[in-house]
Amino acid sequence: MSGLGGQGVVTSAHVLAMAAAKENKWSISNPFFGAEKRMAPAEAYARIGIDRIYDRGELVYPDAIIVFHPQVITMQKSYTAPFYSGLKENGLLIINSDVPLLSSEDEESLRKLNASTFYVPATKIAIDIAGTELSTNMALIGSVAGITNCVSLQSLDLALQDRFGKKYVASGGTATLDEAIKKKFAKKEQLLAKNLATVTHAYERAGAWANDNKYELMVAAA
Amino acid sequence: MSTTVDIGTKNKKGQVYTDPNDLFFKTPRTSFFLTGSEIIKEAIKRSSCGMSVAYPITPQSEAASLIGELFAEGYVDIYSRGASEFDVMSICAGGSFGGSRCFTTTAGPGTLRAMENFPMWAGSRLPIQVCITCRGINSPLSIQPDTLELYYMLETGCLVWHAETAQDLFDFIMKGFIVAEQPDVHLPIAVACDGFFVTHTKDVVMMTPDDMCLPRYDPYRSPVPCMDMECPPVRMMRDPFVMKNNYISYATHASWQQEVRAAIERSRKHTEALLDGLIEVENGDAEVLIVSSGTAVSQGREAVTLMRDEGFDVGLVKIKTLRPFPSRELQAATRNAKRIFVPEFNVASWLAREIKAVVQDNQRVVAGPHVGGGMTMPPEIIMERILRTLKSDKEALAHV
Repeated sequence: MSGLGGQGVVTSAHVLAMAAAKENKWSISNPFFGAEKRMAPAEAYARIGIDRIYDRGELVYPDAIIVFHPQVITMQKSYTAPFYSGLKENGLLIINSDVPLLSSEDEESLRKLNASTFYVPATKIAIDIAGTELSTNMALIGSVAGITNCVSLQSLDLALQDRFGKKYVASGGTATLDEAIKKKFAKKEQLLAKNLATVTHAYERAGAWANDNKYELMVAAA
Repeated sequence: MSTTVDIGTKNKKGQVYTDPNDLFFKTPRTSFFLTGSEIIKEAIKRSSCGMSVAYPITPQSEAASLIGELFAEGYVDIYSRGASEFDVMSICAGGSFGGSRCFTTTAGPGTLRAMENFPMWAGSRLPIQVCITCRGINSPLSIQPDTLELYYMLETGCLVWHAETAQDLFDFIMKGFIVAEQPDVHLPIAVACDGFFVTHTKDVVMMTPDDMCLPRYDPYRSPVPCMDMECPPVRMMRDPFVMKNNYISYATHASWQQEVRAAIERSRKHTEALLDGLIEVENGDAEVLIVSSGTAVSQGREAVTLMRDEGFDVGLVKIKTLRPFPSRELQAATRNAKRIFVPEFNVASWLAREIKAVVQDNQRVVAGPHVGGGMTMPPEIIMERILRTLKSDKEALAHV
């Protein structure tokens, strides 16, 4: 998951991994960032499987890459160049944008990998449904789950309750952002409901895309 | 193991003081999915910690902050912020001299800034625990995991344990207090983990109930006089007899240095019992072994699987304690190996040097692969290094 500081990239990986743990899959998630500042490159990785996972650190050969912000592509704000470096054959690319961003060179490289690209206007969905762009990450979590079925909607709901239903400290920056997003909603329940609605909308939209394009990323069931 | 008198009674938070052996091995555990930073908090919550001192430095800041919450909730008696890492360790020394169970966290440049205090702690026989969340120490600045700082810790007189995972971290922190505080040990302990790979990674951890805790530290079990008005620490640190430049003074220091190292060795029997040995061996009969500590062990485990898929038989040895160093155990575990690979997250390959110093036929030891500056070590590069070395060994044989 590749994005910019403040977009909830780290939170997304943690929520996805937590959801997998809720359904008794093995999972592990970790972030990778430099200075904790907004708009700086931030990456996070979620590994999910049916066997114990020991591997940690940067995910060098991902099955799926999720781009949270156009600048990851347009301004090379990623830790690898090109941003899809290491993507496995038949891999998946999810990009938060309503306009195509890939260069013809990128498209050619991805075609050779037989990779599929799903553009989703995640920020627009977040604003429309949750009323804040801070829920962009929810639309992207929903997208990856909708296409790959790596975790269920129910597990995502449980993971979100875990993450936002109680006090949580990941870092000073995250604590501040948590407070910021909680202020957007009158009640914690409202935050959870709006986030889940955003996840659900993206989940269904992405699932329909996968169905239409007969796309299937093989993720084993627990 | 425990002789303190408060077993079975409750502390002010309602936690039951529990015999360590019962807490570690008999109490049912529950599965949680947490970050390493959260795990540090959970371990301290169950450790009857008297005092903790904080100073911010990535990647330990979250853990230090979370311990502050424990203080606010009443699980830690004293919590303060130091002016620097040197200050933090000095405050911990004061707390420990005063009879408190002290815990702190640091990382990378902070560890080096604090360094003078670690041999002082050891020489003063203060069983303080510092959790080191490894990060790069050099300029240009790096906040990423790099284990070079542990090399600096090896001869401080501290016990040094290296956690592979958040599960290790939970167990090592709690068990570390118990081993460090034994009267025949009574030394500081550095429980290390790799920053981000453990501190910021969410992983499954089996935890003991949070309504049970370790017995309190009993300073009167110290092998040296504990601080009170009749025996202030200044007598130990600044006594003219010890400070004179003569043979007796030298001999005093030399024998004390040896005693500190002997105490590290005496920690073995307690550590073996609590950690189930100083090393863990998997498939030890294999001709090719991966031997390492910390996250490099996790990457090694994945490399073993990759190699197995390619038809190669590879074993793995996990080193849990760097001090005491498991010399005898490594000699036995590597006896039949033709090649010993030591993957490391530092540029110096210091662990390979340590291993080369204790195993026979040490030309078998390959110092690598190693990555520096906080770089990730994909298991594929461990496999590539093994295959390259085996190919070269085969070619060398063909030329004989």
